[in-house]
Amino acid sequence: MTASRQVADRATPGHNGPNVDGVDELLRSMADDEFVIGFSDSEWTGIAPLLEEDIAISSLAQDELGHAQALYGLLADVTGAADADTLAYDREPAEYRHARLLDHGRGDWAMTIARRYLYETSDAVRLGALTTASWPPLADLVGKLVREERYHLMHVGLWLERLGTTSGEPRDRLLAALDTLGPDSGTVFTPLPGEPALLDAGILARPMAELERDWRAGVVATFETLRLPAPPPTRDPARGRTDHGVPFAWLHGEFTMVRRSDPGATW
Amino acid sequence: MVTEVAPEPTVETVRRALAEVLDPELPVLSVVDLGIVHSVDVDRHGIRVVILPTFVGCPALDVIRASIADRLAEFGLPVQVDTTFEVPWTSERISAAGRRALAAVGIAPPSEPEAVSCPFCASASVVMDSAFGPTQCRSLYYCRACRQPFEALKAV
Repeated sequence: MTASRQVADRATPGHNGPNVDGVDELLRSMADDEFVIGFSDSEWTGIAPLLEEDIAISSLAQDELGHAQALYGLLADVTGAADADTLAYDREPAEYRHARLLDHGRGDWAMTIARRYLYETSDAVRLGALTTASWPPLADLVGKLVREERYHLMHVGLWLERLGTTSGEPRDRLLAALDTLGPDSGTVFTPLPGEPALLDAGILARPMAELERDWRAGVVATFETLRLPAPPPTRDPARGRTDHGVPFAWLHGEFTMVRRSDPGATW
Repeated sequence: MVTEVAPEPTVETVRRALAEVLDPELPVLSVVDLGIVHSVDVDRHGIRVVILPTFVGCPALDVIRASIADRLAEFGLPVQVDTTFEVPWTSERISAAGRRALAAVGIAPPSEPEAVSCPFCASASVVMDSAFGPTQCRSLYYCRACRQPFEALKAV
């Protein structure tokens, strides 16, 4: 309590957050990740391969968008931005800081499962390093997120196994998807410029590079049992959360379309 | 003619009023039975209720907030409804009465996936069809004994 109170007391006047460099980067990267994967998943609503799966992926999308909303809410407190919606919808594509793992377009169902698997396992490791964050609003939210993400891991783990152990088209498509995601697989762990400050302040428990090693060890163990190739090293770690490319520019056009149609409207 | 007189606003009368506010997605449960009421504060300036979201992105939250404000309007004080994650809502917070009410409408009360039993015939011979049901907080199951599909609240 004492330690966290000290952090809170150093809050910038007018802003409601810890006065630690990099907190905004951390929240933005997490919120953008959840928002982009949530919106991508929501594209399956109505067209998923099975009705049961249509419900599941829609519910997953709703969870992720809800997580994004909560994280953007904290980011708004820290930066003084108007609200979560402003952060979610009123930026140019180049200002988003999600991992490039999420920049490959919706693709087929195998692509969705491959991307979800790599993302959910990464997110679980990242959340694990934030449960003891010295800023209580973040630690409290992370504690809640972890409880929900458990179901996401269960869901995507079953699908990975189903596709990976069914020879022919299911396995071939999964292999193709993993190949496409390839060097972007580990980009959730792209080091943040403010990382040293986050570590010093006790917000992030361990450096991203260490978290990435843990994540790779876990994924490789699962992939070996399914005879899937290990994710290759990140091609360009400095650009792991920038230069989002054409598929994201399209997605951005989609998710901002209604908002742009009547700026400032109350819905 | 009998005129209804609003009760004196106290923590106790406010809690009693909250026991009549139903969850919009599970309208057999009050917000009190659901265990989402974190705190109630009353003073002469107003009433403040803090609630715990069941799920971070629960879309029913705004409706719940509005229902609480509506129900408490009779006290004639400004009502503020806030949310917090300071204490995580967990499925253990659902009251015994709440669990019975859920079972009565065919929704298995929350327990770990391997401990769920059928709300219709009580058989433990059930399978989870999907962790994700019609709302964020529910999963889909099937009972092998009475051959009924049913829903269960997720244990979080």
